[in-house]
Amino acid sequence: MNASSSTTLLRGKRILIAKPGLDGHDVGAKVIALALRDAGADVIYTGLRKSPGFIARAAVDEDVDAVGLSILSGSHNDLVAETMEALRDLNAMEIPLFVGGTIPAHDQEALRAKGVRGVFTSDMLLEDVVASIARSLS
Amino acid sequence: MVATQDMRGVREIGQPGEFPFTRGVFADGFRGRLWTMRQYSGFGTAEESNERYRFLLEQGQTGLSVALDLPTQCGLDPTDPMARPEIGKVGVSLSNLAEMESLFRDIDLSRISTSFTINGSAAVIYAMYIACADRNGVPREKLTGTIQNDILKEYVARGTWIFPTRPSMRLISDTVVFGSRVTPRFNTISIAGAHMRDAGCTAAEEIAYTLANGLAYVDELIRRGGNADQFAKRLSFFFYVHMDLFEEVAKFRAARRIWANLLKERYGVTDPKAQMFRFGVVCGGSSLVAPQPYNNVIRVTTETLAAVLGGAQSIFTCAYDEAFQIPTEFSAELALRTQQIVAYESGVARTVDPLGGSYYVEYLTDQMEDRITALMKEVEDHGGAVKAIEEGWLQLQVARRAHDRKLQIDSGERAVVGLNCFQRADQQVAPGETFHLDPRVSQRVLENLEAVRARRNATEVERTLGRLAQASAKDNENLMPYLVDCCHAYATVGEMVERLKLEWGEFREPIRL
Repeated sequence: MNASSSTTLLRGKRILIAKPGLDGHDVGAKVIALALRDAGADVIYTGLRKSPGFIARAAVDEDVDAVGLSILSGSHNDLVAETMEALRDLNAMEIPLFVGGTIPAHDQEALRAKGVRGVFTSDMLLEDVVASIARSLS
Repeated sequence: MVATQDMRGVREIGQPGEFPFTRGVFADGFRGRLWTMRQYSGFGTAEESNERYRFLLEQGQTGLSVALDLPTQCGLDPTDPMARPEIGKVGVSLSNLAEMESLFRDIDLSRISTSFTINGSAAVIYAMYIACADRNGVPREKLTGTIQNDILKEYVARGTWIFPTRPSMRLISDTVVFGSRVTPRFNTISIAGAHMRDAGCTAAEEIAYTLANGLAYVDELIRRGGNADQFAKRLSFFFYVHMDLFEEVAKFRAARRIWANLLKERYGVTDPKAQMFRFGVVCGGSSLVAPQPYNNVIRVTTETLAAVLGGAQSIFTCAYDEAFQIPTEFSAELALRTQQIVAYESGVARTVDPLGGSYYVEYLTDQMEDRITALMKEVEDHGGAVKAIEEGWLQLQVARRAHDRKLQIDSGERAVVGLNCFQRADQQVAPGETFHLDPRVSQRVLENLEAVRARRNATEVERTLGRLAQASAKDNENLMPYLVDCCHAYATVGEMVERLKLEWGEFREPIRL
């Protein structure tokens, strides 16, 4: 898929990019945020060290179409589970959740099985990540 | 190619060990003493990390480099709700003096130099190290090592900030001033470009932003009455080495020259030791990739060569699996062997600055100097590093660079073997052996903390924390002695940081995209 078709697909979509937990590596989050914005999306970035509760609340308050979590500290299993729970507490389970970061292969499967829409790592092409999110939201 | 006639304009490079130190800070290069081989390591509980340290020391490693977990780095106790999922994950959990005593059990702190990658809570960990030495009967003046203690780049790239910029700068000054008096062989700050580079900066930006941060620290120390001829001897630097060998060598040579000139001209520093730009490096980082993971060993070897030819004082060689997991004992050993082979077999350390006088390298060094100087001017035009960071300008530069770099790799413009060229359909993407962190780590850490809280003298904890709080309200009081007292009383990192937060508040991240 080329960039122009994802531009069309993500136009008008609101996406929250969030950094849960204490991990301070925000480059991946910012690169994805810039790429999604280039593809037409309205991107909100939370900044560092947000609790799952804060992220879920922001997702509801900002009325977003998707939430992307960026986690490189190895704590993805706990943090994703907690964020899903926080979304459930707000009756917002229908908001699609994506995860990016340092996620070993066996955990990627497990996260998808739990309902994460897409898991992305840094060796994937940026345009593939954007296209995959766009397809998932269309 | 650089033609012979292009050499006419090449700048004066001087002799090794002499101003402006283009050719290195030591007259005898590595002939007198090799660089320090220091592998970054730490995970789980203090007991487990202690075992890995003793293994690495037995294998001939010459210094320790402590990786701390995120709760410790962010100044939170393991009991904090934000801390729980992260206990022991990216480094060892070190919440109080008892943990540090376990971490260094049977390791002689008067003989081993220890480096801590710690920033937001650096003053606390440094105080704990001093308290640990006190307990072990090691004289404070014998301590050698480094705390990173560079908060400015945390705001830009690494993210373990705690307090706002101003009190953070004060805390750093306190450690540097206290350190030059009490632990004269210990580097109390390691001004780091590594993380900005790894995030996406170019080589020139890495040096420029780091030196700009360095100037901010020097200015602050002078404002607080410090004498640059003295404290500048305790300033050290820290960088990543990436794959462009000659560019990396030129980067270090240019940095030495710029720093020496800045200290001489801008601050009137005359002691050559205080003009010296000393630095450690990491070979690896974001230049390592998961596809065809064993290729990373070759990358690290090339980068080690660049570090040695660039004149690094200490080298950390990443394990080939470091980009995606905590290294296994096998990969950690292979990483150490990599630099031992460069040191003892390749012969590159046999002569001083072997590339000095090379047409190409001198030309690149001059070019690099010009680029770095121009970028530093840009930061200066934004009101200096502190202001550029408070406004989020520097963070935005780094994010944009990271985006550019990602697009260059995706398009194949920047070749990465196994990732965007020379791939194989069935190629290996994960390491053969995986590291498994004991899932009971957080339970053990919490139990240890509970036991310490039960056996320490609560009155003494309260007394020392109260004095710390009082001292933190007075801008001209050095906080280090108060922190050391708190550590001796087994106050926790979280308790000390909490008192300081009450007085100073927390950093508010400027978000610009």
